[in-house]
Amino acid sequence: MSTKTETQSRGKAPAGERVADWADGRLGIYGGAKKNLRKVFPDHWSFLLGEIALYSFIIILLTGVYLTLFFKPSMAEVHYHGSYVPMQGVLMSEAYASTLDISFDVRGGLLMRQIHHWAALIFLVAMFVHMMRVFFTGAFRKPRELNWLFGFLLLVLGMFTGLTGYSLPDDLLSGTGIRFMEGAILAVPLVGTYMAMFLFGGEFPGTDIIPRFFAIHVLLLPGIMLGLVVAHLILVFYHKHTQYPGPGRTNNNVVGYPLMPIYMAKAGGFFFLVFGVISMISATFTINAVWVLGPYRPDKISTNAQPDWYMGFSEGLIRAMPAWEWVIPTGHTINFGVFIPLMLLPAVLGAIAVYPFFESWVTKDQREHHLLDRPRNVPTRTAFGAAWISVYFVLLVGGGNDLWAIFFDLSINTITWFVRIGFFVVPVVVFMITRRICLGLQRRDRDKVLHGRETGIIKRLPHGEFVEVHEPLPPEQLHLLTQHHQYEAAELPPAVDKNGVESRPGIIEKVRVRISRGYFGDHGQVPKATPEEYKEIMSGHGHH
Amino acid sequence: MSSQTGSHKDVSEKHLPSAQDSTAVAEVDENPFADPGIPHHEPRVQDIDERAAKRSERTVAMFFIVSMLATIAFIASFVAFPVDKIFYLFPLGHISALNFSLGLSLGIALFCIGAGAVHWSRTLMSGEEHVQERHPIAASPETKAAAIEEFSQGAADSGLGRRKLIRNTMIGALALVPLSGVVLLRDLGPLPEDKLRRTMWKKGLRLINQNTGEPLRPEDITVGSLVFAKPDGLEDDSHEFMHEIAKAALMLVRLEPKDIKDKQELDWSHEGIVAYSKICTHVGCPVSLYEQQTHHVLCPCHQSTFDLTDGARVIFGPAGHPLPQLNINVNNDGELVAEGDFAEPVGPSFWERG
Amino acid sequence: MKKLSARRRHPLAAIVVLLFALAATGGLYAAFAPAGEAKAEKSNQSLDIKEGKKLYAVGCNSCHGTGGQGTSDGPSLVGVGAAAVDFQVGTGRMPMQAPGVQAPAKPAVYNNEETRQLAAYVASLGAGPTVPGKEQYSTEGLDNEEIAAGGDLFRQNCAQCHNFTGEGGALTKGKYAPGLDGVSPKHIYEAMETGPQNMPAFPDTVMPEKEKRQIIAYLEKVNSSESESPGGFGLGGFGPVSEGMFAWTIVLAILIGITVWIAARNAKARKS
Repeated sequence: MSTKTETQSRGKAPAGERVADWADGRLGIYGGAKKNLRKVFPDHWSFLLGEIALYSFIIILLTGVYLTLFFKPSMAEVHYHGSYVPMQGVLMSEAYASTLDISFDVRGGLLMRQIHHWAALIFLVAMFVHMMRVFFTGAFRKPRELNWLFGFLLLVLGMFTGLTGYSLPDDLLSGTGIRFMEGAILAVPLVGTYMAMFLFGGEFPGTDIIPRFFAIHVLLLPGIMLGLVVAHLILVFYHKHTQYPGPGRTNNNVVGYPLMPIYMAKAGGFFFLVFGVISMISATFTINAVWVLGPYRPDKISTNAQPDWYMGFSEGLIRAMPAWEWVIPTGHTINFGVFIPLMLLPAVLGAIAVYPFFESWVTKDQREHHLLDRPRNVPTRTAFGAAWISVYFVLLVGGGNDLWAIFFDLSINTITWFVRIGFFVVPVVVFMITRRICLGLQRRDRDKVLHGRETGIIKRLPHGEFVEVHEPLPPEQLHLLTQHHQYEAAELPPAVDKNGVESRPGIIEKVRVRISRGYFGDHGQVPKATPEEYKEIMSGHGHH
Repeated sequence: MSSQTGSHKDVSEKHLPSAQDSTAVAEVDENPFADPGIPHHEPRVQDIDERAAKRSERTVAMFFIVSMLATIAFIASFVAFPVDKIFYLFPLGHISALNFSLGLSLGIALFCIGAGAVHWSRTLMSGEEHVQERHPIAASPETKAAAIEEFSQGAADSGLGRRKLIRNTMIGALALVPLSGVVLLRDLGPLPEDKLRRTMWKKGLRLINQNTGEPLRPEDITVGSLVFAKPDGLEDDSHEFMHEIAKAALMLVRLEPKDIKDKQELDWSHEGIVAYSKICTHVGCPVSLYEQQTHHVLCPCHQSTFDLTDGARVIFGPAGHPLPQLNINVNNDGELVAEGDFAEPVGPSFWERG
Repeated sequence: MKKLSARRRHPLAAIVVLLFALAATGGLYAAFAPAGEAKAEKSNQSLDIKEGKKLYAVGCNSCHGTGGQGTSDGPSLVGVGAAAVDFQVGTGRMPMQAPGVQAPAKPAVYNNEETRQLAAYVASLGAGPTVPGKEQYSTEGLDNEEIAAGGDLFRQNCAQCHNFTGEGGALTKGKYAPGLDGVSPKHIYEAMETGPQNMPAFPDTVMPEKEKRQIIAYLEKVNSSESESPGGFGLGGFGPVSEGMFAWTIVLAILIGITVWIAARNAKARKS
């Protein structure tokens, strides 16, 4: 984009403009350029978290294409005779052998593998953190609910693309993961056995699973994800970015810097920064050293058998689940010990996915929201988010219970029991604590507005009393701390309205009113300072 | 903190310096919380000092030059270092020279492009904030009415509402056609039949030591030792090895017959030697973390724990049923042999298991 | 309750809460940390036997009984052999500092001479594996394919507890399989031979001497201070958990640092 389409005048048009003219005649680019080139984006570090995800996705695509040039998705057994000494002559699948070749015989192959894998971890970390930013600031509210779902789908698809990806080398660790998948599928009532036979092309492990995972990993899932990423970005453009509240920032404007040149330089530059950091990490930190894991064999195993981090919470679910397996009267086995965690996995993720729809059902708010919430101003939502993260973290601990046991000199059994109980208790506790913290912060905001900032200056009054000087807030601060909209708790309509018509609210409406009271009732939020209260205090009669 | 209340009055009365110039006081009459608007733009050093701007320009150019040098270093390392060259670098350890140099030079080349661009935008591009209006996402009532009008016209033209026969047959055809795709999936794999119920083990088949490839004899296995066995005739490089070993893998330990609590286990053992399936009944990992003092076996994947002195009963973790035991005996040559196949399916449970 | 809420804004309140939290954490840890379940041990020449017996009477018989017959605090040493004593005493596991679920390795209490005497005495109690000679655990003369086959043997017999490269791993109820880095070939050989503590034994009848040498050779390749780690720092060799932690902490911190730099407002020019 080195063409300067605007600045130019008489004589023959510069080359760049002629190229642009050519393109405009066929694509009609000027209309779009006029609208978008100077499109304003607000500036905040937390708005760049999604960009980390986007860029690591691009890095994964680039390095992934390179890896496919050398990787052989085949489960044919060969004896290894490459450069890596401690595997000489070992019987392994071609998939594993070609992964060793990429690591030891292709120059730069190891670097590409490591960048690919590190970028995958970062991709999911970034999506997760980005999702949390969107959640806690309420950026998912109308009109962005669909984009929230696109993002959520990207997270889930990213998890499964990662799973199929790290399974491809057919090493002892990832093969164990596939074995787990088979066991999990077998636990599905009625059709599990058939599904497993169809997925593996026969009995486990067979010779089909790696080629099939390969197609899913390099074609199917990335294709869907690419489409979703594009849709996600189009919607970001179309909706215009949300912004944090502040002076001059309203629900009807966007304050920030133009795409060209500031964001082209910043966002474009950020891609190179992310790629650069991941390259340097890959130069210095090993990831998934498949050469020491050995080839997969169904009768071999190593301790510390864990999936990559983003599957860790499902590992925690599986490890903590009690052994519930029953034979039902029809003579069939239901393996709840595996099946329940399998069902809880989408439930844990789904809880956060449907939250925007839940909240809009509670508030019945039909307006568009482009100004972000400060997390404290929506204590119940913030507490729900914190509770969700705590469940996720408890499950992650459960997924790594053997390592926690080693590092903290604890017993695996104890940690498993902690997870079993903590799964239910920790989120409740975290919910309550977070909510209280938010209310406390709201109260402090209110105090700051009404009584000013504590300056730390101690003043002695004529009669000897010491007081701390409070400095009134500047108007920007006053505006920031009072700009948020506070919902009123919903109420049930009176049993008989003024026309004498009886009203019978349904059970769902009653539930909604109760939840709304929890959100916005006396215990759900601290009323913000009103101008009247402020004036009264400022006029000098504000004893209270 | 303790003197929070009561202090404000004094402060405003005394006109403390901090309160004097506060614009808030002036606005008290109107809405004191009104939006004061975007703060006045303040120039950066580079905006007013051309020398500072020149410095910034040189810094940006330096980043881009370092990037070019790093790319050259990348190409040089690619050519210079053999792929198997290992060198020691504290504290990373004995690492590949090629991976390290390629990654670092590529990283620097990329990072510097990014750093240059960002520094450029931060110091030299206009630092003034822009404001753009938003427009509601939802269409105006007129647009909506017009769109609905267009739609009804189209719908009326098609006659879909009136010609029910066309509508119903079309829905039928569209609903049926994906079935051909579903049918195609049938050959993804064979039907389960009794594949999960059978293993290679059968009466008289010898137990082969996985380490040595030799038939196991009772006297090989001492109390406190652990050995893994496969069925005789299953070669590591044979076509069926992987899926057969996935079911047939065995682990053998010798217990004191007096320690064995389960009667069937004792019956199926030979001189205290018990042979259990190595495949966890939870999801199929090889359980083999045998604690020889407690006779517990732990699965490293999900920590299901089995008590080998009590019919491999599950004493902890998510596994739903005990490990299947293989009934063993010795043949005329004094070698351990199976008395038959496992009495129940090995590995994870499934719907038809019963 | 009112009193409590009135005082929670006291300047010392935060410190009190912190102390409570620390005490609670410590208490919880003490409650969770595995304790008790003392389990122990195993352990032979001719002139040394007498000296060994004296050493035994001082350091060992409180747990293993006066004649090595074992007590409730320690197993019988009859028939464990000299190799077991050499391993247990040579790696400092015995004598144990305190009864516990695990006998951790620590600096050896007895010198080589005393260890040999103790071994001779215990071996006199009943026949068992002898201390291996250098030719038994030496890895000389093994070619690359034999070493790689040692890797296969390691994954078949050892990795389930000691991890892919011998970094160690957790067992039930607070027990663990120790890391194998820095353990001498002789001690690894003796451990396989005798099965110390909860580790099962791999006697020559099920794993011949050469296979033990192959395993030792493989470990030297992948888990020693000279082992290659081509991709860079190995993050402990624990696999995805440490990698995930690294991504979530260091890498994320770097990237967020960069986002902050990008979005930060530049220094404004100050007049004055």
